[in-house]
Amino acid sequence: MAAQPVGLKRFYAILGAVAVAGVGLLGYQLSKPSTVSIPANVTVQPSDTAGFHGYVMGSDSAAVEIIEYADYQCPFCQTFATLQMPAIEERLIKTGRLRWRYRDFPLQQHPYSRLAAHSAACADEQGKFWPQHEQIYEGQPEWSASRDAAGIFRRYAREVGLDLDRYDACMTSHKYAGRIQASLDEGTRLGVSSTPTLVVGGRLYQGRFDSDAIIRLVDSLAPRAAAAK
Amino acid sequence: MIYRMGAALMSLLGLFVSAYLYLYKIGRIGTLACGTGGCETVQLSEWSRFAGVDVALIGLVGYALLFAVALAALRPGLAEREWPAALLTALAGLGVLFTAYLTYLELFVIHAICRWCVGSALIITTLFVLGLLDLRRLRSGGAGGTAVTTGTGSARGAA
Repeated sequence: MAAQPVGLKRFYAILGAVAVAGVGLLGYQLSKPSTVSIPANVTVQPSDTAGFHGYVMGSDSAAVEIIEYADYQCPFCQTFATLQMPAIEERLIKTGRLRWRYRDFPLQQHPYSRLAAHSAACADEQGKFWPQHEQIYEGQPEWSASRDAAGIFRRYAREVGLDLDRYDACMTSHKYAGRIQASLDEGTRLGVSSTPTLVVGGRLYQGRFDSDAIIRLVDSLAPRAAAAK
Repeated sequence: MIYRMGAALMSLLGLFVSAYLYLYKIGRIGTLACGTGGCETVQLSEWSRFAGVDVALIGLVGYALLFAVALAALRPGLAEREWPAALLTALAGLGVLFTAYLTYLELFVIHAICRWCVGSALIITTLFVLGLLDLRRLRSGGAGGTAVTTGTGSARGAA
C-alpha cells in the first residue's frame, strides 16, 4: 500500500481552510444588504420642499409644461425614460417648445425606489441630476435584481463624475427623504395612482406613452398655451 | 514540493482576489474595501477591460488555471516531473507581463493605484519566482521536497 505523505495531507488541510475562509468572505460580501436605506413615511418639514418643485429640463419660456410622476423601479417608467424621452428631449425640449418637470412617486412595492430617488437627489446637489437619472433608469435591470443597489448607484455616481465623499455624506444623511415623501404626497393629492403619470395643464394622463403621442399633445396645446399667456 | 505547495496556496489567494474584483465589476458587491478610492477609479476606468473582457475575469480564469496546474503538480506521480513546473512558470510569466502592463496603466495613465491589484501583482510575481525555483531544483537534480511519509518515517531533503 502506498505511503501517506503526512506533509502533503497537512498542506491540503491548510489549503482547504483557506478555501473555506475565502468562500466565506466572498459569500459575506455578496449577502451584505444595502448599506444605505431611505426611510419611508417621514414627516415632511416645510424646509424639505422650500423652493423645490421637481427637477426641470427645458426653457422657462416653453409654452407647455409636462409634469411626470415616476418611480425609478417601475419597468414602464424605465421604458419611457430610455426609449421615448430621447426623442421628446430632442424634438420638444431642446427646441424650446416643452418644459419637463420630473417628480418622484416611489411606489410601496418597489424596495429600491426611494433609494434611487435619493441617489438622484444627491446627484442634483452637484448639478448632475439628469446624468444620474439616466444611469439609474438605464441600469434598472441590473440594480433592481441586486442585493446592493446602493453600491450600484454609488458606482453610477462615480461614472457621472460626482464627488464621492459629498455623495456618500448626502446618502447617509437621508436629507432628501422628506422631499421625496412630499413629492409622493403631492402626486397622491393630484390623483396619481400609478406610474408613469403625466400631468399636463392639471389633467392626468396615465398608462403607456410614446413620443409621437406626446408630440401631438404638445402640438395641440401649444397654440392655446401661447394664447393664454 | 514546498515550491509547488506555495504555488497552490498563492494561486488560491489570487483566485479570491480576482473573484472579489470581478464580483464588484459585475455589480454584485457594492463597494470595494480599498481605503483610498483608487480601486474604484481603476475598476471603473476604460482600462478595466482588455480586448472586450473584464481584466478581473481574465485574472480569475488565469488563477484558476494556475491553481489547477499547481494541484496537479503536487500529485505523487508528477512530483519529480519537470513539465508541471515549466507550465506553471510559463503561465505565471504571462501573468507577470500582463500585470506589468496593468501597473504601467495604473501609474502613468489612470493615475490611481488599486491595492487589490498591487496584491495580485505580488501574488503573480511570487508564483513566477516559485516556478523558477522549482525548475532550478529539478534541473539541478535536487531532492523532491519536504513530504514526510508515514510508511518509512523518513524525511526527504528540503526543496
